[in-house]
Order: sequence, then structure tokens, then C-alpha cells
Amino acid sequence: MNARVWLVVLILLQPIASWAQGYAGLGGSADGFDVPKRDYQFEFPRDHGPHPTYRIEWWYLTANLTGEDGRDYGIQWTLFRSALKPSEADGWQSPQLWMGHAAVTTPETHYFAERLSRGGIGQAGVAADPFEAWIDEWYMRGPDLNTVSLSASGAEFAYDLDLTAQGPLVFHGDAGYSVKSADGQASYYYSQPFFEVEGVLNLPDGDVAVTGHGWLDREWSSQPLASDQTGWDWFSLSFDDGDKLMAFRLRGGRGDFTAATWISPDGTTTPLPNGSASFTPLNTTRVAGRDVPTEWHVTLPDRGLDVEVSAMTPDAWMATQFEYWEGPVTVKGSHTGRGYLEMTGY
Amino acid sequence: MLLNIDKVQKSYPGGRPVLRDVSLTLDHGQTLALTGESGSGKSTLLNLAAALDSFDGGEITLDGTALSPLDDRGRAALRRQSVSLVFQQFNLIPSLTVGQNLSFHARLANREDTGWSAQLAERLGLADLLTRYPENLSGGQQQRVAIGRAMAVRPKLLLADEPTGNLDETASANVLDLMLSLVAETGAALLLVTHSQDIAARLDRQAHLAGGHIV
Amino acid sequence: MTFAIVQALLSHWRRHRLQLATLLIGIALATGLWSAVQAINAEARASYQRASDQLALGLYDTLRDPSGTIAVDRYVALRRAGWQVSAVLEGPVRIAGRTVQVMGVDMVTYPALPAMTQTEQSDAPPDPSDMLTAPGRLLATPELAEHLKSQTELPPIVVSDAVPPDLILTDIGVAETLLNRPRQISRLVILPDQPRGVPALSEIAPDLQRVEASAQLDTQRLTDSFHLNLTAFGLLSFAVGLFIVNGTVGLAFAQRRAMIRTLRALGVSMRRLVWMITAELTLLALIGGALGLVLGFFLAGALLPDVAATLRGLYGAPVDGQISLQPEWALAGLGMALGGTFLASGHALFRLSRMPILTGAGVQSWRSSTSGQRFSFLIGTALITGGFAIGYTVEGLVAGFAMVGGILTGAALVLPYFLTLALSVFQRRARGPVAQWVWADMQAQLPGLSLALMALLLALAANIGVGTMVSSFRLTFVGWLDQRLTSELYVTARDDQQGKEIAQWLGPQVDAILPIRNVELTHETGPLFLYGVVDHETYRDHWPLIASSDSAWDRVLTDQAVLINEQLARRADLWPGDMLTLNAEHTLTIAGVYSDYGNPTGQAIVSMQQLDLIAPGAETRQFGIRVSPERATELAQALRDRFDLSRQAVVQQAAVKAQSLAIFDNTFVVTSALNVLTLGVAGFAILTSLLTLWTQRLPQIAPVWALGLTRAQLARLELLRSVLLAALTAVLALPLGLVLAWALLAVINVQAFGWRLPMFLFPVDWAYLFVLTLLAAAVAAALPALRVLRLPPADLLRVFANER
Repeated sequence: MNARVWLVVLILLQPIASWAQGYAGLGGSADGFDVPKRDYQFEFPRDHGPHPTYRIEWWYLTANLTGEDGRDYGIQWTLFRSALKPSEADGWQSPQLWMGHAAVTTPETHYFAERLSRGGIGQAGVAADPFEAWIDEWYMRGPDLNTVSLSASGAEFAYDLDLTAQGPLVFHGDAGYSVKSADGQASYYYSQPFFEVEGVLNLPDGDVAVTGHGWLDREWSSQPLASDQTGWDWFSLSFDDGDKLMAFRLRGGRGDFTAATWISPDGTTTPLPNGSASFTPLNTTRVAGRDVPTEWHVTLPDRGLDVEVSAMTPDAWMATQFEYWEGPVTVKGSHTGRGYLEMTGY
Repeated sequence: MLLNIDKVQKSYPGGRPVLRDVSLTLDHGQTLALTGESGSGKSTLLNLAAALDSFDGGEITLDGTALSPLDDRGRAALRRQSVSLVFQQFNLIPSLTVGQNLSFHARLANREDTGWSAQLAERLGLADLLTRYPENLSGGQQQRVAIGRAMAVRPKLLLADEPTGNLDETASANVLDLMLSLVAETGAALLLVTHSQDIAARLDRQAHLAGGHIV
Repeated sequence: MTFAIVQALLSHWRRHRLQLATLLIGIALATGLWSAVQAINAEARASYQRASDQLALGLYDTLRDPSGTIAVDRYVALRRAGWQVSAVLEGPVRIAGRTVQVMGVDMVTYPALPAMTQTEQSDAPPDPSDMLTAPGRLLATPELAEHLKSQTELPPIVVSDAVPPDLILTDIGVAETLLNRPRQISRLVILPDQPRGVPALSEIAPDLQRVEASAQLDTQRLTDSFHLNLTAFGLLSFAVGLFIVNGTVGLAFAQRRAMIRTLRALGVSMRRLVWMITAELTLLALIGGALGLVLGFFLAGALLPDVAATLRGLYGAPVDGQISLQPEWALAGLGMALGGTFLASGHALFRLSRMPILTGAGVQSWRSSTSGQRFSFLIGTALITGGFAIGYTVEGLVAGFAMVGGILTGAALVLPYFLTLALSVFQRRARGPVAQWVWADMQAQLPGLSLALMALLLALAANIGVGTMVSSFRLTFVGWLDQRLTSELYVTARDDQQGKEIAQWLGPQVDAILPIRNVELTHETGPLFLYGVVDHETYRDHWPLIASSDSAWDRVLTDQAVLINEQLARRADLWPGDMLTLNAEHTLTIAGVYSDYGNPTGQAIVSMQQLDLIAPGAETRQFGIRVSPERATELAQALRDRFDLSRQAVVQQAAVKAQSLAIFDNTFVVTSALNVLTLGVAGFAILTSLLTLWTQRLPQIAPVWALGLTRAQLARLELLRSVLLAALTAVLALPLGLVLAWALLAVINVQAFGWRLPMFLFPVDWAYLFVLTLLAAAVAAALPALRVLRLPPADLLRVFANER
């Protein structure tokens, strides 16, 4: 896009940039925003909707797809909410800001688009019941979160997909209370990793019918990072045997902080504490002027996991206002499968 | 007495005296040649007599009028009415024709006599030149116009300062002849400044100026 | 050797210091006036460009609702259909007695705004969340911030140099509060990248009008004519200044002939001499030019505030009141100084280079050469004829100026011929010898003075022409205001709802309530404002129609026809009987054309029913109220009290008129200032010419003095001569000025503003100018006259003796 330095700072400086880059101002206080607490009782569909008194929140969907042409594809659909003040108001006066990211990754190319919006006027938002998350013409809409249709478009791509949940919601950390640092920064975090997906990708070369699996992350917080943390590597992997793994590493000056959730095919979760998983970059790719690890050695001895995770398309760079890497991966080793990898702070 | 110069003194700006106690008289109809070295003050004396400039001491009386009490305006009136002048050069008004130049002084003095003017033009050989401008005339012709203009007033006193100084010998003799004959004819008095003894010898009297005195 | 030559050449200037000063002043004046105008133009253009850059104007296509504003819901609907558009709400607001433009953008979706980026990169960037949440922040220039400081009810101000003058840049959420226009959008900017498969705008928003970026009303284009006007004046001043240079250089060369002859006799080649004199002129031009730049800079600084006020008032164009020194401007000024100096000295230099080594150094023949005069008369006549021919055959503002330029230059060239003619007649008629001499002498002096007199002629003609134009315009404008502003009160409600309430409340108390409603449409010639009117005698009796067909008002009010303003009529060449297309569905016959001054855009009037048909959403917030004049003041106060309206929202007729006239008068302040300056320069040209002629003066006056004129008389005659020549020139300048006025009113104005004005004559002004001219000529001749008065007889006598 352009050099909208001011806006970049405006939207991203507080929650997301700090998430990724350890913005010092958020280490402790939350400036009147609510902070996540242990033993929170989730209530649905209410909690599928926005929580304006928390600083940052997202609806983050990724899917590994296979086309009728036999090729692999990945898609991303994300809606971020970011609050300037812990309140909501009507019209332009609303302190809530919204940002949408959408992408399609083919084996050769990565297409992406970005949308920005104010809250309050109806250009973007999320309603819990019936469920709808939208920004501009992009939407993730269901009667409820088990059955949603998903749509997004950019200058070079568009997609329309139908998603059906084949399993329950999955809660990370301590029943959805996900700790992010040794100091105790935390977020509310749950997922729906059991979506079955079918639909059509519209690409510059034409339409491609696709099927596959999708994974939705829901997360909100007000003070997600410790002051020394500079970025993270986040994996969502679906193994061919039906097990799934969410694992992340927050890189920090005082050492890494890791966490993971092992998800059985029936939705049973096993949270794995800091230090259980290890992440070692094997190879990097030069993307957008940075060296980004696109091959990883990931181990989780507790579960006998020892795999190599490789990016399907190494230059899956999101050159949005806040830049990061996000793309489909393949898994080989003790387990095989597919998944998504997100890396920030490189 | 037409012109009475009595103990006149004149200094240049800066104080160097040119004329010290110069006295001279000229009667009606008389001609007088004033000679002297270059810078002896003969032109200055003539200019004083013509009321062109003021003097520092003594008195000049012209046709009964004392000059020293006169202001600029009085001197101008005197020049207009009582004297005629012929200089060495640049006598004529460049923007006027020969005809207009000839009659200029007479008209200024309110004494224009067209018959006399025409006669003068004829005698001075200017009849064919009346519509020309001075710049188109030869030096001799220009001086003849100057004499014509001077005589057109029928002056009692003609003052001439080296009137032939810029002319060659022939033209010079011609101009002098014409002037002397016209003076004689009209009975005017003549004060002529010259450095030439030959010319001076043709006049009634001679006065020599040296060291600021008449000798 | 070079040094010796330089010394010899320069010794001339040491002996003629006044001449040197005159030359430098001439160059400086020419350069200064020209540069001042250029600096003003450059500054104004830079201001537009800066404003346009800072606000990223004209980069994107926009969407507008012809019938008014766009609702926020409409914006959201477009967004949700995929269209990448961004909202802008803008409008004027009056704060502490000053009208400022508010531009509110959706800071989140609006494309790059350099004004914002620069502000963010400043030392103390505003906190982003402060900008977006109540009370918000206002970005304003330091100057405006100072003005707004005392307004406690305003949001905090962020001072920024990156914002155009007289504009508040802020978030749209702040702007809607400031302008009291909640949930309204003035226009939508269409962003360059649109996603795949968006529905066509014609399907989802047929009522919105897409305006191409290139077709948007461009301040620069709008004000082009104004700047061209200024440039023409600058050029005129420059030309007048060059007359001085020409005269002085001519004299200096003439006086140096003897020296140059000596130098050549000593073996200096002509080529070398010409080269060195060229270098000398270059140096003089640079010094004079530099002086001129300083002069121009201060002059521009003095004039710019008025220009800025004019541009803001007339076009709403943002212009800084501060002049800043730009290197291009300085270079261009020096270039003009050099070019001008060589233009003015070329002839003299050429003649010098052709001078045979043995030519006499004597006084050159000063009697006017009749053949030269005849030649310039022929050229002049040809130029005048050509000027008129261009004016009549070619369209456009530049052609208009070409015509005026041709006529003016031509007139200047034929001036000596006419003056000679007049002087010969006077000389022939003169009775006394002195009178005869004075006329003859003037005729003889003419060649030396003719350039200065040409300058005077031009300055006078410009004064008469422009003065007549301005005064005619003002007279017409005042009359037009009287016709046009017939309502006793003008009321602006906050919104339609309040408008309705006001109309209801006023209904029984007043003679008539005339709603003033308009929408902005586009026409191929630019924006077109469509007004709706109700049937009332106010319109039928008073509206200033300049062309109409039978029963024009009846046809308009029965929805059959439309009235258009003169600007539109002339621009689009539409006259009664022609058809005007308002939009795809509405085309109406033109019933009449009305005069409409002080606004640069096209306008049309239809019946109120038609307006509702074309633009159903048009606001009804403004009303003209007819009431007996003695009740107006009382009613205005009652309205303000009852509906809590500001002073600006309820205005009495007299106030509107006063304001309009103030803007009008402001518009021509600069023109008048330049006029006076040009006249001053012409006066100076006469002075320099007289001083130049001085050395040739003694042989002219000495014989006359000797024959019995006093020096006082001669001094008086010197004055009289100058005054007489100026008077003769002024008499000739009058018809020329009137031709110029006609050209300005009937050609230039039509091209520049789109209206043609009737011409009125102002003999009192001419008399005043005539007296002023005589005075200027007398002042110019005062110095030479004083010299004659003080001349020692010895100096005069020296003319006659040989020892000169």
C-alpha cells in the first residue's frame, strides 16, 4: 500500500504490534480495559461476538484446500478488532477499529488483500446471533458458528466457501485462558478446528472448485505480550491420523515461551505447558527483504512428535500495513499432514 | 555717451581677478575694437557691457541706464531692448528656421520691421535660405544670419565677440564687410572683440586689454 | 590593456553618477515590478499546488449526490457491495469572525494524506487515538491556530505547517460535530484498487454522480484568468521600465563616442570594445536586477495579502499571505533583467559597433528624422489593425490579450507622429516669438522624449482603461445587487426540519417566504448549480435578465423552460430558444439569460417542481424573506432568539450587499496599486529622459537667454514644455484608454469571467488623472528646471566662446 505511517501506528501500534514486537507500554496496565481472568465462564453464542471492553480481538480462519485440479491451496480470512477506548459509541464517534485480511495461497503465488473500517457506522463488525462477521463485502456468516459461509475478494482473487463444523469447540490453555508469558500475560483463546470446507476460488486463471479443512481461532485480550517479547511462530497442524496440534513459540529476550494444545479427533484437548515443544528453524527464505524460516523441526516428546514442517509457498508474505508471514505448510516425519503457519516479528 | 564703463572690476569664481578698474567709453555711431591676449578678459568685458553677467565693482552705464542695480529681469529687458549680440558660435536657435531666427530678436523687442528684415535677408544673401534650419548652413552663412538678426532690431549698440573667429579667410572678410557696412549705414555703435590686428585696424578706435587694465 | 580599457569605460560612470543611478533604477524598477507580479503568481500557484498535494486532491475520482449530501448508510452500503470508497465531509464554518473551510476525512480509510503524514513525522506527533476519539484534534496552520486559540469550545488544535491556510483538517467524526451535519458525507473518494466482481455503480447507485479526477474543479484553472491579468500588468510595468533603460543607455553611448573613438585610434579593436561593453552591460543588468529582486520581493510581500484575500473571496482558493523567496523566481528575475537590458540597449550597441572610426563625436542630429517617424507610424498602424483583427477573429483569453497588446504597442509607436503633427499645428498658429520657439523646441526635443512619452501613454491608457473597467463593473455590480438582493432577510436553517419550522412560524408574519434551494450538477463546461424558485413578483419584476424570449417567467414557472446565467450562456454558447440538458432525463428550453456576477460557475433556474423532479433530496434550509423593511431588524432578532440561530444564519439585505461590495473592492486593490506604480515609473521615465537631454539643452537655451529672456522665464518654460507634452500625450491616451476599457469589458472579461459588462464613462476620473499626469510631468521637469534657474551666466556664455 502506501506510506501511511500515521495509520500504521494508529491501528497497529497498541495491540498487534505490541503482540508481535513487545511494545513496552502494554507490559502492565491496561488503561481501563478489562483483562482476561482464569476460570472465565464462556457463554455462546454471546462470546462469538465482539468484546469492546477488551483492547484486541480476532476471528481468524485458515483452511488447507485441494482443488479439482489436484493442486493444494490455502486461504486466510481474518477480522481484527482494535479498541482505542474500552467502550462503544454510535457512528463515527465509535472508538472501535476493524481490519480485515484475506489471502489465497497457490503453490506458486500468494494473493492477499486488506480492509480497514471504523466501528459504529456498520461498515464492519460482528454479530453473535445469528452469527456474522463482516468488513465491507467480506463476510463469515452462518446461522451459527457451526455452519458458515465465507467470502472475500481482492483485486486478483475472490473466494466463496461453505464451512461445516464436524466437531466441538476447543479451548486452549486452562479452559480457554491462554497464558502468553512467564509474567502471566494471557488471552481468552478458543478454536473450531473441525471445519469441512467446500467452495470455489476465483483466481486470475479462472474458477477452481475446492474442498478441504478449516480452522477458526477466536482470541481476545488487552495485554497479551511481555515487554521483552518480539514476535511469534504459531502452528496449527492437522495430521492424517485425525489428531491436531496448536503450538506457538513467543520469542523473547529472556528466552522463548511456548505452549501447545493436542487435540484428539473427538475434540478432547491436552494442554502442554511452557517448554514441552521445541521449534528449530532448518532453512530460511529471503522474503520481502527478511530471512524468514520456512522449514522447521518441531518436536513434542510427550506425544512422540518429531516432524519437519515446510512452507508450501515460501513467499506467503502478507505485505499489509502490519507485515507478517502466513501460509499453508506440509508435515513430514513421525506424523504427516497439513496445516498453517504464522510468523511475526521477522 | 552711449556706453560708459567706469572702473569695472570682475573676478572669476574662486577669486582670480580678470578686470581691475577698467574704464572705457563709446559714443553713438562709434566703432571700437577691443583687443588683447587670450584670457585677457576682453570677452568678459563685452559680456558685462551686454548685461549678460554681473560685475563686482565700478559701474557700467548703457544709454543712460546704470547696470549694477539691475536684477536678472532688468538685465534681460536691457538685452532685449538696447543691445544686439553676435558671438563666435552657436548664435542661432537651432529649433527655429533661418527666417524665424532672423526676426526673433526684433519680435522679442517688439520692433519688427518686415521690410527692413526682408532687405537685410536680401543683402546678407539669405533670401533663399529662410526656411532652412541652422544646422544645414555653413559657418559663414550662420554668422550672416546672426548679424542679420542683430541688425534687424536697428540697435544703438552692436556687441560682437570674435564674430569671424570660426571662419576661413574669405568667409571672414565677407562677414566683416557686411557687418561694418550695415553698422555704418544704420549709425549703430560697435564694440568688437578680436585678437586680429587687421580687423582691429578697420575700426574707428582700438583699446588693448592686458593684465586687467586698458592700456 | 584590458584593465586600461575597463578603467576608461568605467570613468564615464564615475563622472556621470546620476546617469548610472538612473540606469540601475530603470533596470531595478522593470525587474522589480515584473518580479513582484511573478512572485505573487508563483506563490499563489504554489499555494494551490501545496493545498492540492497536502490534501491529495484531484488524484481520485469522486462520487457526489447532485441533490445534496450522502448519508453514512449509503456509504456503508457501497462499502458492503465491495466498492472501496472513502468519506469526506467538508464545508465552511465561521469561527471568531472568520470563515474557514473544514475538511473531515475518515482517517481510517482515506488514502495517503501528505498533510497527515508530515504531521505524524513532526517532532511532537499527535496521539492517534486522540485524533479518532472525542473530542478529537484539529490540524491547522500556526496562523490559523493562533486565531482559533481563544475558542474554548473547539477540540484541541494540532499546529501543522503541512495544512493549507484557512483550512481545518480533522477526522470526519470531529467534522460532523463542528459543521453540525451528523451522519452526512459531502463526497466519496473512489480508491484506485477495487476488488474483483464489484457491481457497476450505475446499478447500485444510479443517483450518485461519478466525477473524474481530471474533471474536478481545479483551483488553478479557475484562477488562471486572474493570474494572466496580473502577468499582463507585470509585463506592462516591465516594458515601461525598459523605456528608462533604453534612454539612459542611448545617452551613455552617445556621450562615450569620443572616448571610444580615441580608444579605437589607440588600437583597441571594435570587437573587443563591443565585447567589453557587453560585459559591462551584463554587470549593470545583474546589479540592477538584484536591486529589482529586492524591490520585487518587498513589493510582492506588500501586495500579496490583498491578492490572497481576493483569491479566497472570489474563488475560495487557499493562498498563504506570506511570500517566500524561491530560487527559480530570483533566476527568472535576473534573466528578465539581462534580457530587458540587452533588448533596451541592443540598438545603441549595434549602432556603436557600426560606427566608422572617424565619425565626429559631435552632437548628433537632433531634428526628428521624418522617415524614421513615418516608419514607426506604419508599423504602429499595422499593429493596431492586427490587434483588432485578432480580437475579432480569434477566441480566447490569450487572443484578447494579444489584441490589447497589439493596440497598445501600436498606439505607442504612432504617438511621436501624432505629437509632431500636433506640435507643428501649434507652432504655425503661435503668434509671439517665444511661443513659436517653445513649440519648435518641443518638436525638436521630441525624439529624445518620445520613449518616455510612450511609456506615459501606456501607463495612462492602462489607468483609464482599467479604471473605466473597474468603475463600470462596480456600477453594474451595485445595480445588479439591488436587483438580485430583493429579500429583506436571508435565513439559513440548520437542517430541513428546522427550515420547515421556520417557514411555518414566519408564514403569517411576512409578505412572502422564498425558498432558496439548489443542487450541483455537472455540465460539459464545468459544475452547474441548479436553483429552484417559486412564483413571486420578486423574481418576475427584479431578476436581471439580459436576454429573454416571450413570457420567459411564465414558461419557467410552468415547468416548460429554464433560465441560465450569463457565464453558462457564453461558455456553452446557449441562448434563448436553445436546449439545456440538466441530466439524462431532463432537457429544457432556455427561456432567458440573466447576469450573475461574482461567481465563476454556471447556474440555471427552474421551477421548484422541476427541481424536486430532478433532485428530490435537495435541502430546504435557506430562505429569502419579504417583509416591510422597517420590520426586518426586529424580525431578524426574533428569528435568532426563537430558533437559536447565529448572526450569520439570519442576515439582513444591507449586510449581504456590504459584504459583497467589500469582496468586490478587495478584488481590484492590486490592480489599482499596479496602476499607480506604472504611472510612477512613467513619470520617472520622463525625468530620466529630461536629464538625458540636459547636455544638449544649453546650446538651445543660451541664445534665447542672451537675446533677453531671464533664467526664471526659461525655467518656467522648461516646466511648461514637460507639462504640455504630458498633456498632449494624456489627450491621446484618453481614446486609447477607452478602447482598452472596451477590450477589457467586452473581450477579456467575457473570456476570463464569462460576463460582458456595459461600459460607463467617468469624466471626473479622467480629469483627476489628467491633473495627476500634469503634476507628474511638472515634478519630473522640476529638477531640470531648477538647474536652469540656478545656472551661472558663465556656463551659458561658454556656449558662445570657442574655449569650450
